[in-house]
Amino acid sequence: MKHLRPLNKKAVQIEQAQVEHARMEQAGSMLEEDVVALQQQPRPHVPMGCSLAFSPGWEVDAGGGTAGLCQPVERDIYDCYVTCFWPVQVPDHVNYSPDWASNCAVATKDWRNLDLVFP
Amino acid sequence: MTVMTAHRYRPGEYHSFAAEGADFIYLVSAGAIFQLDEASHRLLQRLEQSPLGHAEIARKLTEEGYDAADAEALIRELRFAGVIVPDEARRALPPSSPPKDFPLQALVLNITNQCNLACTYCYEFGADKIATPQGKKKYMTIDTAKTSVDFLLEQSAGRKGVHITFFGGETLMNFPLLKEVVAYATEQASAAGKTIGFSLTTNATLLTPEIIAFLSDNAIGVTVSMDGPPDLQDKRRVYKNGKGSYAVIEPRLRALIAGHKTRAITARVTLTEGVTDVIRIYRHLKEDLGFHEVGFAPVTSQGERDYSIGAEGMEGVLAQFHALADEWLESALQGRSHGFSNVSETISELIQGVHKSHPCGAGLGLLGVSPSGDLSPCHRFTDADTHTMGHISSGIDRDKQSDFLARGHVDAKYDCQSCWARPLCAGGCHHEAFVRYGDTGHANLHYCDWIREWTDRCLQIYGALAARNPEFLERFAARKALA
Repeated sequence: MKHLRPLNKKAVQIEQAQVEHARMEQAGSMLEEDVVALQQQPRPHVPMGCSLAFSPGWEVDAGGGTAGLCQPVERDIYDCYVTCFWPVQVPDHVNYSPDWASNCAVATKDWRNLDLVFP
Repeated sequence: MTVMTAHRYRPGEYHSFAAEGADFIYLVSAGAIFQLDEASHRLLQRLEQSPLGHAEIARKLTEEGYDAADAEALIRELRFAGVIVPDEARRALPPSSPPKDFPLQALVLNITNQCNLACTYCYEFGADKIATPQGKKKYMTIDTAKTSVDFLLEQSAGRKGVHITFFGGETLMNFPLLKEVVAYATEQASAAGKTIGFSLTTNATLLTPEIIAFLSDNAIGVTVSMDGPPDLQDKRRVYKNGKGSYAVIEPRLRALIAGHKTRAITARVTLTEGVTDVIRIYRHLKEDLGFHEVGFAPVTSQGERDYSIGAEGMEGVLAQFHALADEWLESALQGRSHGFSNVSETISELIQGVHKSHPCGAGLGLLGVSPSGDLSPCHRFTDADTHTMGHISSGIDRDKQSDFLARGHVDAKYDCQSCWARPLCAGGCHHEAFVRYGDTGHANLHYCDWIREWTDRCLQIYGALAARNPEFLERFAARKALA
């Protein structure tokens, strides 16, 4: 370390970790900005319509509002049926309910045709 | 949805201090100590005014004459160590809890709960006692002691070294047992391929030449509970008839210090109302009697006892602590050790960079054993029904232990979360907290300012030594590792 002079054992450990980190970075095995926790700045790219949180737990979206949530408030569950990776909260269109949305061409008009599913 | 926000950095959690014209930080997230150079010091001062973005910092640094690569490297270095943090970052993770099967390192054997003195402030017999010894054994039997030794060796798992501290009551009232235990434990430890160390605490009234020789031959560390010169010692360290104990212990102490050559002899002073003359006590114990180390602690009380030290008394105590701290530093700069333990202990923790989940090893690597074989978190809870943590024959009561440890974890103490001294203090003594607040997991709030002031002082000493005599710190660390 050039600007911080480590003075106790813990500080020396931090220095060693930094040396190791720099070495790995130089070797190209690690890109520092690649690993970003969700709460850190800058925020990672969060796709529209997804809370990026394990459901349930979608009280707010990544922007702190509700408009970007995948379900169930503004966007309702329909959007998740085909596009969402999360298999539990909506009928499973791959395995059990391939026709669940076939009577629902336009969700704003035909949403009543979306029924409960009892697997 | 994509939210693009630029980096803005603010100072991480640290305590700044200066010594010998240099600037330092004590980094709370790690317990690390760093000396700052001018560039990092100035940058931190600037960020303390207001958080700045990455680009802004880099621009300001280049305006001041740093080249772009240097500026970038400075930001990276400070960010990596957590000295600066993004302004929305969550606080650092608390220290994790030690594993449930944390191996045992030490037992405090309360070989008797009887005492020939009747010190008025005693936590075991005085007004604030929590012990409930009625109907329990007064002296430990050899069977209980041997079972304890076996228990320690078994529960220490992979540890190479273990330790037994003999305690009381007055420890030497059961000296025959002590002797037998030392022989048995030494034999069992070597059979198990482990090393074992011993120490004891005594009021020194019962020391004899034979006992002193035994302690020296077996390299048993000795701590003497003692309050100072005759007028102070005899104020509260008295026999049951009220007679002071100084005249009895003085010749015995001189014989002990002259005859015990294998371990440092330490005095442990309890400061009480009217017994706050720290410097005079230190001089007497260190220079007149010849103790190697002298440590001080204010008496534990619920706060309103006639022997409690008031706020004014504590101020006087602290002022004298500072005077002895000056001496400690002066000696260390000249490469000599000084016997004021209150500095030495903190310095050795600063060298390691401790970051405690719990204030001490009680209930974790250390347990107390009562004369009847009950386990407790430490010797201060011995014989207290409220804090029994299993029995030597049946093992540790894991439910009680995890309750005790969950309460005592620094992260469970709300008041500690904003304190920079928490890596060292972790809320303070469990027993003191119980006596004062009725909960072992309560932070010892009556000491906070005092602890911070003292820690800051020890950091300054550390900084001064790092600047002017770093070899002393290295030797100090090496010596502590052996002790």
